Amino acid sequence: MKAAAFDYLRPAGLGEALALLATHKDDCKILAGGQSLVPAMNFRLARPAILIDINDLDELDYLRADADQLKIGALTRHAAFHRPVVEGPLGTLLAKVVRHIAHYPIRQRGTFAGSLSHADPASEWCLVATTLRAEMVAKSARGERVIAASDFFHGTFTTALEPDEILAEIRLPLMTPDWRVGFYEFSRRAGDFALGMAVAATRVEDGTIREARLAVGGVADRAIRLGLLEDQLVGKPASLAIIDAIAREARGMIEPNGDIHASPEYRRDLIAASVKRALTEALA
Amino acid sequence: MPDKRDVTLAVNGKTYAVSIEPRRSLANVLRDDCGLTGTHLGCEHGVCGACTVLVNDKPVRSCLMFGVQAEGKTVRTVEGLADGETLHPLQQAFWENHGLQCGFCTPGFLMLAAGALQENPDMSDDDIKDVLSSNLCRCTGYQNIVKAVRLAAREMRARARA
Repeated sequence: MKAAAFDYLRPAGLGEALALLATHKDDCKILAGGQSLVPAMNFRLARPAILIDINDLDELDYLRADADQLKIGALTRHAAFHRPVVEGPLGTLLAKVVRHIAHYPIRQRGTFAGSLSHADPASEWCLVATTLRAEMVAKSARGERVIAASDFFHGTFTTALEPDEILAEIRLPLMTPDWRVGFYEFSRRAGDFALGMAVAATRVEDGTIREARLAVGGVADRAIRLGLLEDQLVGKPASLAIIDAIAREARGMIEPNGDIHASPEYRRDLIAASVKRALTEALA
Repeated sequence: MPDKRDVTLAVNGKTYAVSIEPRRSLANVLRDDCGLTGTHLGCEHGVCGACTVLVNDKPVRSCLMFGVQAEGKTVRTVEGLADGETLHPLQQAFWENHGLQCGFCTPGFLMLAAGALQENPDMSDDDIKDVLSSNLCRCTGYQNIVKAVRLAAREMRARARA
């Protein structure tokens, strides 16, 4: 249970890190929090020849809110979200979700951007990014590009990032105070991987749903935005009937995989329950 | 020969100059190179929490950090908890409340609780349980660990007020 030998590089600035990435590409891995990468290295499931440790890049450790976006720098740790980082529904949602990410000591090291780059199907932050249509800012020595969440996640542990790119910043849209948010996750024990989870956000005016966001995670190779159901919610009265109807629909929309943890049938039930609970919270 | 790095670590207020391979975990470096064997290694992939130490006052898994990464940071291990012969309130409370049996997980639990109480001295019972859910103990059934942390927190608050 020891990592295989690797060459350890510790750049002092982003420019230096990008130059190293451009040189070493597939031979190297970026080390940020290391809470997924290092276990994989200890198991020797991952054997990168070179690690580029970006923990000295203070320029990537930031949270900034402008008029309509929260900008999350690549070195922002999960623990930064224990308390709301912005006023309003977005800060509330992030503080709610972060409690479900692994455990307290893991959250002190692991990073938001690291979770997205790792793209575990059961990642809470990947689900949030998908639900809220985040924008990912990828940087390389070649320049910078912005990738929509819908284009970013390609599948289990696979993203749109090129070998010489770093996910430098994530932009989440701020939500006005009239949005309500809901999150529900089911796992066997505190801190375990999600067997099923859902994020819902709604904006209701005079009892009628005007805008909706809904996605589920932990049940496929990536988080899945339920766009069809978002459309069905809009224009409907906020009621128990609509919550039940949407949860039923969601159950039939996904073909989850079965594994040692849960059968496809059980996961479909979890999708319905998660959607129902997240939506109930968002429409309360 | 593997490429070794000369690294200076600050652990429990002392300086350790070590020559280590980058692949060695902080836990291994603490145990084998610094001789601080109070930090225990259980699962070596971040699940059990036995190796929890404080790095810059935050509880972290020392099996999921490489020793070279700790350069320039302050590390605190279970050896740095007691004040000479006087046990830390957490150690005292674990002893008095049967918060340990075999003792293998104890250093991790102590450092976890020490770090969490440093961030929030007023943790509710739910907070305490949530934090402690990160570490595994196969002897005590956890209830006495929760109780020990709760009573130690009370004692630490009382001393802070005094």
